[in-house]
Amino acid sequence: MADASALGWWGVPLAIVGGAVRVGTTLLWVSLGETVTEKAGRINLGLEGTLLMGAMTAFAVSLATGNPWLGIAGAAAVGIVLGALHGGLCSLARVNDTAMGIALMLAGSGLAFWLGKPLIQPTAPGLPSIVLGGWTDQPALKAALSINPLFILGLVAAFAVHRALGHTRVGLRLRVVGDSENAARAFGLSPAAYRVAATAFGGACAGIGGASLSLVYPGAWSEALSSGQGIMAVALVIFARWDPRRCVLAGLLFGGASAVSPALQALGYSQGYYLLAALPYALTLAMLIGLGKPGPSDGAPGELSLNR
Amino acid sequence: MNRKTPIDQPALDGQRRQLLAAGALSVGSLALPGALRSAFAQSPLVVGVIYVGPRGDFGYNQAQAQAAAAIKKLPGVKVVEEENVPETAAVQKTMEAMINQDKATLIFPTSFGYFDPHMLKVAEKYPKVRFAHCGGLWTEGKHPKNTGSYFGYIDECQYLAGIVAGYTSKTKKLGFIAAKPIPQVLRNINAFTMGARSVDPTITTRVIFTGEWSMPVKEAEAATSLIDQGVDVLTCHVDSPKVIVETAEKRGIYASGYHASQAALAPKGYLTGAEWDWATPYNIHVKAAQTGAPMPNFLRGGLKDGYVKMSPYGKPVGAAARAKADEVKAAMMKGTYVIFKGGLKDNKGSVVIPVGTNLEQFNPELEKMGYLVEGVIGSLPG
Amino acid sequence: MSTVSAAGSLPVAAAPAQLERLRGFAKSLVPAVAALGLTIALFSLAVALAGFDPLQVWSLIAQGGFGDAFAWQNTLQRAAPLLLTGLAVALPAQAGRVIIGAEGALVLGGLAASALGNVLADRHAGPGLVWPAMGLAGVLAGGVWIGIVGWLREKREVNETIASLLMSFIAIALFNQCVETVLRDPASLNKPSTRPLPDALMLPSMPGLDVHWGLGLGIVVALVAWAVMRLTPLGMAVRVAGGNPRAALGVGLPVGMLTIGACAAGGACAGLAGAVEVAAVHGAANGSLVAGYGYSGIMIAFAARFSPGGVIPVAILVGGIAASGSLLQRRLGLPDAAVTVLLGFAFVALIGCETLRGRSFTSRRAPHG
Repeated sequence: MADASALGWWGVPLAIVGGAVRVGTTLLWVSLGETVTEKAGRINLGLEGTLLMGAMTAFAVSLATGNPWLGIAGAAAVGIVLGALHGGLCSLARVNDTAMGIALMLAGSGLAFWLGKPLIQPTAPGLPSIVLGGWTDQPALKAALSINPLFILGLVAAFAVHRALGHTRVGLRLRVVGDSENAARAFGLSPAAYRVAATAFGGACAGIGGASLSLVYPGAWSEALSSGQGIMAVALVIFARWDPRRCVLAGLLFGGASAVSPALQALGYSQGYYLLAALPYALTLAMLIGLGKPGPSDGAPGELSLNR
Repeated sequence: MNRKTPIDQPALDGQRRQLLAAGALSVGSLALPGALRSAFAQSPLVVGVIYVGPRGDFGYNQAQAQAAAAIKKLPGVKVVEEENVPETAAVQKTMEAMINQDKATLIFPTSFGYFDPHMLKVAEKYPKVRFAHCGGLWTEGKHPKNTGSYFGYIDECQYLAGIVAGYTSKTKKLGFIAAKPIPQVLRNINAFTMGARSVDPTITTRVIFTGEWSMPVKEAEAATSLIDQGVDVLTCHVDSPKVIVETAEKRGIYASGYHASQAALAPKGYLTGAEWDWATPYNIHVKAAQTGAPMPNFLRGGLKDGYVKMSPYGKPVGAAARAKADEVKAAMMKGTYVIFKGGLKDNKGSVVIPVGTNLEQFNPELEKMGYLVEGVIGSLPG
Repeated sequence: MSTVSAAGSLPVAAAPAQLERLRGFAKSLVPAVAALGLTIALFSLAVALAGFDPLQVWSLIAQGGFGDAFAWQNTLQRAAPLLLTGLAVALPAQAGRVIIGAEGALVLGGLAASALGNVLADRHAGPGLVWPAMGLAGVLAGGVWIGIVGWLREKREVNETIASLLMSFIAIALFNQCVETVLRDPASLNKPSTRPLPDALMLPSMPGLDVHWGLGLGIVVALVAWAVMRLTPLGMAVRVAGGNPRAALGVGLPVGMLTIGACAAGGACAGLAGAVEVAAVHGAANGSLVAGYGYSGIMIAFAARFSPGGVIPVAILVGGIAASGSLLQRRLGLPDAAVTVLLGFAFVALIGCETLRGRSFTSRRAPHG
């Protein structure tokens, strides 16, 4: 425990950067998954439930096996199942995907809380951080540069997905399915199959995003773990104009916004702290208003039932 | 690691209830004197306990659950519990259900927000049932006789924890993560700070208010911010200190616990903690109910009366710290120690307790506290 | 989004025979019955896996929700706010908008009602003035808040589902800020709250029941909304605007105004729910007002297929299930989350089984298919 001199005002930008990575990792993963889902023309509002199930599963598996990476795998698996369920059910005729998303959110959260009852007390092995700050003696700087490995993975995944969507056959087909069902059928593609797969992938990402909450930051399971990140992610996808790389930016931006209030308070400024807590949501809404109706030039998939 | 969570209890309760009932009836009626004999000749005392959150939260609710577990062991007592009951009309129905369906005659609604109007409403409707609320609100003449409150002066423990922190901190910067700026919380912040400053007057406490009783992400962020500012001892007043203690441990700093002992979560950095010992008032209420004595309406106490206790000292606590803390604790046990003395200044420079007046622990002035003392860096959110 | 089908949409030209109508009716029940069966199967499996006896669980649910007079009181008490929050989702849905931010409208309604109520109480106003005033305050606050969401959709094409949820979070933050600072009762030291209403101004219980008048109010509002939707030209216009906006524009209906109005009406119901909670239960606005009623309303509206009248039985059913959760905890140790799971399964099953609607199951094709 080295003796650290106070950072003073430098603490605020540092906290924002640190918070951006800490809190933003979850948002990054969830919005990345939802981007793929929406690119295929499906909207999944139930990610909150998937996120919680992923967080709970990751914690449980890590606790049981002692290996946090197995926990991540478990979270991804659960996410695939829930995503496939959503995608599959929405492929049936007359099933409203907004409603189904909300329904799965309810069922998923309930299940996560029920199964997670025995997990509130214990401590599970968390993911080891990647330490980039070995060169500094400042504990604060060192901590801010202790990066969540899932952030790095998410960064890699975002670029990989972007590349896949733009430059591979599978990616092209997925985008066709999302832009125009008729064109897809003309090519002999099955829209349902692609959408289920895309939603399953989205679920897996949401599960991993949840795992970041329970295994890295804050690194515990509790019933108040998530505060709407699942739904925020859907808004962030619009913000990111369905570009996976921008999902990283979006996650960082909103993660950083969440860190402003505690950072200011640590310096002694507590005015209006409830309003500051609303900052991320207000920012998101302002961005949505500013964007207006997302058109094809923004990257919006034609078949997406967002603004029909 | 304690694998047997409180959740296991209800499944065992079924067997326990039968054993208790049978045992109490047969044995008790022969061996015990007078009023107790007639009490045992009747059915067991059914006690209802209501929690606002999960019982296993390593914090507020767990401290209450520990007391509930203690009274379950008493002969002639049956306990029914319900958790995650919100502070709405739902808790009124839960209380009524416990009275009507489970025949409860003593109810412990453990969350602060249950009192007004919920508990009061139900208490008026069922004057024969006793309602013991955790908090400080019962007022003679204003509230019905079948209700009461119990509370503990846990700030005594926070004061001692502050002494320990004062000796152990190397950066002389302490951190306090608080949920809401209500008097009970401010009292704790102030006591902790004053305890530390009694060791070294240059010590400061930085306080962050999260705004909610339970918000793990915010609590983690607050902990991180404080640690980034150079804080090396953290304590808190939130429903579940688990995340804060774990974060402190991960960053390699010290932690001081609250509500219950979180020592298991921070083997390297746990100094000590301020814990409730609710078994004391629970036992008093159960006994009064069993013997038919009038309900104790206003129960208060500190270390001396066994309402609060300290967690055992952790490894990092040095000999000097232990000695000093034990010394002050002994004075508190005698009832001669005053924390809030006259001449106390707040962190804006004004004197908040007039010189010459000492506020003893049970002085109701303290339950209206609205200031942060000198040495606390932070302000009441506005 | 796939067009939200408003319940009770334009009646199909029916074949004359009574039998045909009966068959049609029976067929329309198929999704609900299938959903019920699926829910029972799934939940029974879940509790069995958790080590409980499904039969015991179901009997306790029936008993705890509807078994005796006490259970019914409990159920109706819980259903009271759900009626209005269900309407908060059902009404905008009639106009084709899916609003899920009723929680925010509810708390703002409660805040406004408490503030106005206190102002009037200070001037010694009686219940005859205070109650309608509080109701109006709630209606206005909630109506404006969700009306904004509707307006954003009309003018800026912002997806109303996401916007309503974001507005809800912002509303709760505003609410907390006001309750803890600006509108805070200085005497509410340990639990920040607005000033409490005097007892004389609290909404009493309905005669013969242990439930406050909010229940009666909710039922009345639901019935009125149903009547307006089904029987008046305005209701018809809203449903057409929701079901087929292009056709509506074609016949000259002010689609924009109608949809914004429907959103505002839904918000008004949520705001009214908040006002009732303050006047009947809490007496003041504080953190306890944020109790999740808004979110429960979403499920109720969908289950009722957005019919304002259908909200009544569904809200009572959901209230009953929630009430039984208490009994399940105390008798079996089944955690509270189990009831959430049951409701979640029911919701998933209901939405999923919509796919069975309109399918023929017999080899003989019905005349109109």
